[in-house]
Amino acid sequence: MSSPRPEPQADTQATIAANRTRYEALKQAGNGVTPRHLPPPTARDRAPIAEECIRHKETVPGGWYWTKLIRRGEALRIVNTSATPGVSVFAWNAHDTSERYNSADTVKIQWTSDLRKGRVLFSDMGRVLFSIIEDTCCAHDAIVGGSTPASNAKAYGDASLRSTAENMLLAAGKHGLGRRDVAPVISFFAPVSIIDGRPQWREGAVTSGDFVDIRAELDLLVAVSNCPHPLAPRSEYAPGPIECVVYRAPPSTADDICRTASAEAQRGFENNDLYLQA
Amino acid sequence: MTTTDIPVASRFFAAPVLEPSQAIHDFTIPANRPWSHVLRKGQVLRLIDLEGQQAVDTLFYNVDDTSERYSAQDTILHQNAPYVSTGTRLISNAGRVMATVVADSCGRHDTSAGACSCEANTVRFGHHTRYMHACRENFIIEVTKHGMDKRDIVPNINFFMNVPIDPDGKLAIVDGVSGPGDHVDILAAMDVIVVISNCPQINNPCNGFNPTPVRVLVFDPSVA
Repeated sequence: MSSPRPEPQADTQATIAANRTRYEALKQAGNGVTPRHLPPPTARDRAPIAEECIRHKETVPGGWYWTKLIRRGEALRIVNTSATPGVSVFAWNAHDTSERYNSADTVKIQWTSDLRKGRVLFSDMGRVLFSIIEDTCCAHDAIVGGSTPASNAKAYGDASLRSTAENMLLAAGKHGLGRRDVAPVISFFAPVSIIDGRPQWREGAVTSGDFVDIRAELDLLVAVSNCPHPLAPRSEYAPGPIECVVYRAPPSTADDICRTASAEAQRGFENNDLYLQA
Repeated sequence: MTTTDIPVASRFFAAPVLEPSQAIHDFTIPANRPWSHVLRKGQVLRLIDLEGQQAVDTLFYNVDDTSERYSAQDTILHQNAPYVSTGTRLISNAGRVMATVVADSCGRHDTSAGACSCEANTVRFGHHTRYMHACRENFIIEVTKHGMDKRDIVPNINFFMNVPIDPDGKLAIVDGVSGPGDHVDILAAMDVIVVISNCPQINNPCNGFNPTPVRVLVFDPSVA
């Protein structure tokens, strides 16, 4: 630390003070009001999907990826049938793939990296890509991301094992996209906390049968990578299968918790509404 | 502002001693403006926060193939820590070291919160902030000079920006820890395009609510 910042002019100081006051108010609401509105985790037996609503159901083997167009109003349920440690997700706007999941905006806008039921995932364009509408696990990682050849070499001594970095390239490739179109991911079923400046894995937070449901708020190309999270404390590379279920979600109402939990989510959905008018 | 939990820069890292008079390039980026430069392998980029508490949003691209670029998650994973400081290797999306932070007088920089944009500003601060200048506007203008476009913009490093992440996931941009004259030195491990937005944000504390200029120096130890 050196000497303090020089004092700005008086009128600038007034603007600074006004902006700081506004920022503190937004921060206080983001940290206090919103978390109180968030729902508890979904109970395992409380969110059955009616058979007639299911469009597609597929088992994705451990280590593999899956990619599909999911339309606005549909949801993807990822069922962790094998308690596999970590399933990574990325998505693009199907109509303009330059718009895509933005990890930094998602955590910064919502004042938290603890993304769980009631939260939303943002694109780089200030719009909501997904709402997390059901979630039995509530332990996901938006900071560290997915595995890479380097992390597999470190964890298992073999860089050639299937990784999320390569799976995302493969999924992008199947839509005519490439390395420029891939960016940081979110990893579900990955209980990572930052403690004393280090990411730490919490054991026991992911169990077989956990599921998370993400509802598409735009038409999306979705990529799912079923590879173990790089921080998962496993001595052997043994990812288990997951089940992906695409279904017609219950209609979103004006009092939808994902829309109303925060002022930020409300404004994000307002941006979606404006975009969808066109 | 609190500085108690900020580690000091490592005293054991062999940072080169570089005098500003030896710089081969010396430029002051005005407040709110972008800048880019090709940094050759072995050259050192010094960023100086002239007045303190000024976020410098920064991206790196491989000159020979710009689809290889800075990756925040690869960098966090490689060092098993979410903040950037002395010794941090800046890792590309291909898992390679692009550059290393070899000196840092202020101790901690963010790489989780990304850059501001007009669109995200509307969500964060209200729709009335749409027509305010933002980092991703700067990035688009600057990467275009190198044949790239918005697709090439990914979550970046924010030098001199302080975003602590709590164990419960809570995170927020708080007052910067940099004072006037604080600097970081970045040693290129490959030929890279450095793209900077001198952050224009006035709606949060990343620039002390008042954007200011920053100085960039480039050193080439092979000709010094």
